[in-house]
Amino acid sequence: MTSATTGWRGVASEDQDELPDKVSGLLRARSRRLLGDLLAPHRKGIMVLTAVIIASSGAGLAIPYLVKVGIDAGIPPMLRGEGTGTLLTVVGVILAAAAAQALTRQAFLKMSGRIGHQILLELRRRVFDHFQRLSLSFHEKYTSGRVISRLTSDIEAIAELLQAGFDGLVTAVLTMAGTAVLLLVLDVELGLVALVPLPILLLFTRWFRRQSAIVYRRTRETVALVIVHFVESMTGMRAVQAFRREPRNQEIFERLNDDYRQANARSMRLIAVFMPGIKLIGNLTVAAVLFYGGWLAFHGEVTVGVLTAFLLYLRGFYEPMQEISQFYNTLQSASAALEKLSGVLEEEPAVPEPRAPRPLPQARGEVRFEDVRFAYVESMPILPGLDLAIPAGQSVALVGSTGAGKTTLAKLISRFYDPTAGRVLLDGADLQELDEPTLRRAVVMVTQENFLFNGTVLDNIMFGRPGATERQVREAAQAIGAHDFIASLPDGYHTDVGKQGGRMSAGQRQLVAFARAFLADPAVLILDEATSSLDVPSERLVQRALRTILADRTALIIAHRLSTVEIADRVLVMERGEIVEDGPPDRLVAADGRFAGLHRAWLESLS
Amino acid sequence: MPPDTRAPRRPLLENISLWRLRRYLRPYVGKLVFIWLAAIVGISASIALPLVGERVVDGPVRDGDSRALLLLGSLALGLGVLEALLIFLRRWAQIGPVLGLETRIRDDLYAQLQRLPMRFHGEWQSGQLLSRATTDLSTIRRFLGFGMLFLVMNILQLITVTVLLLNMYWPLGVLVAVSAVPIVLLSMRFEKRYIRISRQVQDEQGDLATLVEESAIGIRTIKAFGRRHHVFERYDEAARRLYGTSMEKVRLSARFFTFLEVIPNVTLAMVLLLGALAVGQGSLTLGALFAFTTLVLQLVWPIASLGYILAMAQEAMTAADRVLEVLDTVPEITGGRGRIERPRGHLRFEGVEFRFPGADRPVLHDLWLEVRPGETVAVVGATGSGKTTLTALVPRLLDVTGGRVTIDGHDVRDLELPELRSIVATAFEEPTLFSMSVRENLTMGRLDATEEEVDDAIRTAQAMFVYDLPWGLDTRIGEQGMSLSGGQRQRLALARAVLSRPRILVLDDTLSALDVETEALVEAALREVLREATGIVVAHRASTVLLADKVALLAGGTITHVGRHHDLLAEVPEYRQLLAQDADLDPSEGALR
Repeated sequence: MTSATTGWRGVASEDQDELPDKVSGLLRARSRRLLGDLLAPHRKGIMVLTAVIIASSGAGLAIPYLVKVGIDAGIPPMLRGEGTGTLLTVVGVILAAAAAQALTRQAFLKMSGRIGHQILLELRRRVFDHFQRLSLSFHEKYTSGRVISRLTSDIEAIAELLQAGFDGLVTAVLTMAGTAVLLLVLDVELGLVALVPLPILLLFTRWFRRQSAIVYRRTRETVALVIVHFVESMTGMRAVQAFRREPRNQEIFERLNDDYRQANARSMRLIAVFMPGIKLIGNLTVAAVLFYGGWLAFHGEVTVGVLTAFLLYLRGFYEPMQEISQFYNTLQSASAALEKLSGVLEEEPAVPEPRAPRPLPQARGEVRFEDVRFAYVESMPILPGLDLAIPAGQSVALVGSTGAGKTTLAKLISRFYDPTAGRVLLDGADLQELDEPTLRRAVVMVTQENFLFNGTVLDNIMFGRPGATERQVREAAQAIGAHDFIASLPDGYHTDVGKQGGRMSAGQRQLVAFARAFLADPAVLILDEATSSLDVPSERLVQRALRTILADRTALIIAHRLSTVEIADRVLVMERGEIVEDGPPDRLVAADGRFAGLHRAWLESLS
Repeated sequence: MPPDTRAPRRPLLENISLWRLRRYLRPYVGKLVFIWLAAIVGISASIALPLVGERVVDGPVRDGDSRALLLLGSLALGLGVLEALLIFLRRWAQIGPVLGLETRIRDDLYAQLQRLPMRFHGEWQSGQLLSRATTDLSTIRRFLGFGMLFLVMNILQLITVTVLLLNMYWPLGVLVAVSAVPIVLLSMRFEKRYIRISRQVQDEQGDLATLVEESAIGIRTIKAFGRRHHVFERYDEAARRLYGTSMEKVRLSARFFTFLEVIPNVTLAMVLLLGALAVGQGSLTLGALFAFTTLVLQLVWPIASLGYILAMAQEAMTAADRVLEVLDTVPEITGGRGRIERPRGHLRFEGVEFRFPGADRPVLHDLWLEVRPGETVAVVGATGSGKTTLTALVPRLLDVTGGRVTIDGHDVRDLELPELRSIVATAFEEPTLFSMSVRENLTMGRLDATEEEVDDAIRTAQAMFVYDLPWGLDTRIGEQGMSLSGGQRQRLALARAVLSRPRILVLDDTLSALDVETEALVEAALREVLREATGIVVAHRASTVLLADKVALLAGGTITHVGRHHDLLAEVPEYRQLLAQDADLDPSEGALR
């Protein structure tokens, strides 16, 4: 292995793929619980379904047998000139059986489809809702990519099982079981001969299942790498071309693609052995029955009709085995998916909703930290013990170097995290006692991320307060200084922002995000580096707007560029989780401390 | 949206995209012939096997001829083994061609996509391209590997058995043949509706995926505004719509598949009835009727699967269309032949115009700018004034629509693309990192960089944090690995650009996410780098502008002023408006200063 084709990916802490037996047992139990839970409301439906499919398979299996009866019992009387009565009866029964089979089959397909899709819908809703409930700390560790694959590819794996696999499996198993019973009923001895290969077949299938589990996993792994590399190359094409990365990319891609091809080849070779293997066992059984049945027929121990029926049924006996083993792959991926989904559903939100929420009808916006400690990792406390009181209506600027704990402070006020110890209070109420709608109405945080959703500018601003009128949206945009640029867009407020706001510049997205926060009209507004991607004129506009917007509300402003700090009533300088300077900006500038130094450096950078 | 590429007129067969993919099968002609032979012989064996069975029943058993029984039994045994063996050989032989075809088309598709310019990538979502490289190629693979074979084999089997039946007793043969007609007709009609509804399901799944993606990536915004219920309702609505459409699909296929099964059964009943009457008249023997019904039963599967396979064929053709749509796109930006022996980095924009296709107004027009070797120019302009477009014209990520850009007097369009892009390196505002090791991300532009050079670049960009990552430079970063902050990503992108040691270095607002202290350190180090290279710096802040020897003001799509920062600040109100923090603020607001 040369580093040219393997070292490029680098090392990361991989998902735990290899699990000890005990853990995987627990996982299976957990996903079984989820499955039981999902199936519970459909218990009656499943019972009806079982009855319907048994009737349907019975009718299907009866038809070849009835043909035989027609020939054996219907023709001789006719030849004897006793009329066609029996024959017509048999033909009538065949037609009735065909109709019954058609009707029951159709009912089965529709019912099983409905139950399957209802389960899917329920699963989708549950998992989506649960993801939305889980705290930010979860999402930051879990990453958006995994959330997306849980809700798309994993759900689709289960959908495939419910749609194609299940139907096929049930029909196949019933056909096999029914045929076996029929063979034994027709002639026990010959039936036993025909069934002798069954254990061999089961062993063979087990071998195949084990192998295909390994091969299947390898295929999934390799195709995932192909997809990741492909998508990243396409989304990062600008960098790829600008840095002449094409040949290297091609080399890596072809290597990954070839790995995928080999994994696929392995799986196809396995099937190339398995399918004809089943066929061979089936054909050998047919030959054996011919020999033995023929010999029995010599001695008059079976009738010609029985032998013919045997040959007829045997052909169809081993075929479903192929379907059953195909089903196994679908089952594998579906149960792996179910394991992951059940894991997500068992995850508890780190920031739980209060059992008995405390009402807070009209928040004033007084924020207090009481001996708040916080650490993302236990060994590295971010806040060693913070006391801070912000009176309602005050604008506070938070200054300090990267890693000083500014954003952590902001996230605690928005209750994205709960403190490890101590309390954060809003108007005297512990944040942990407030329910989500109350808290979010009172506290809104704008970050530099300023994510936009697919849809129009209007939709995106309205996200801050669904149900706002278009006029209110316009007023919010005007207040923030975003109206002019929005009005100049091709469709004004109804302009589509493109995928995740892709059609707008970073600065434009930020202005829309501001308008959104303003429309939400919170008592406490937190701006975390919210003006960083604005150019100077826009930043100036926003700052002028902020003076009015912040006039009657509590604000916490985090900014690297001190221009934003100017509008604050009070400046806090943080270092290693502690507040080292606290006071009105002009006093701190005069005091010649840390802030004064920062301020001087900033002034120089402007010159 | 993908552009509507009208195919030029071609011979009839050439219009079928699938046929045009045949060249990928060319290396496997021998194997393919073998596969088809194996398939045909295998089919014959499987048709012959029940006939032997009937012969055993009709002949030796009735006559008590044990030698004939042994003979025919052995024949059945032989045929059975032969059939299995042929299936094995066919499947085994298929692996090479089928996967070879898929893999090579995918390689070619990837290569083509890397050739296609940014214009193309701006129009196509990566998801659409991915579905061509994965789903569509598997569809083609499945059809060429199995579907086509089964299609032909089923038809062959259908014809053979029908001929056999006609031979045995023609009125019944005609009956069986006629019963296949409604099935095939209905299959074709069903297939159209089925494809339509499948597409709709796919689209709605796509919509759902978009909502999922948004809700995952935008989770902070959703949480910040407490809009969980709002987002859930949107998702729920889309999920219910998908449920409705899926149920429609279930109902459609339930009706169809039931129909497929009912026709052969009815045919069987008719065969029995008419066959019995024929036996009564003496025009058919009892043994023949046995054989007849067996053969009819054998036809059920090939007929029933015909509709499914035809649908598969249709899908494969659409898939081939979609793949060729990409492969047929002619790259608008291709390299010239020129090379520059020893590039000095003398960059000139000569009357440059750039206009997006279909746009009324050009983004840039009549733009003149000269940057001498070693000189650095800052480009300043309002949001949306075309600064990034301007920088993209140099490495030909976009091409001018008028005028020209030259390096050392050579039009950039005359230069070999790799050559041109080794002269110019850009650090973008939104840095792109790949799921690869830090080292691989940094050395993108120069694979042969030494350890010291990498270290120098890291220090210039103040990106020393990489040494603290769990596996240092070997740590995987990007979506699939370690996640980095915006500032960290920008610094890595800067280190990447610096490491490629370009003659012309473009910094497109590369420092926006850095805090003031880090920015100052990076700027100090960049000064050194820019002393040796020609530089273009897109800037929003005065501090970044100061990296440059001169400033060009971009306004109204052209460069209106070129000069020194302080001169422009003093003389050009427009410039003051853009860069001076204190412009037209009243004295009380400026009190802090």
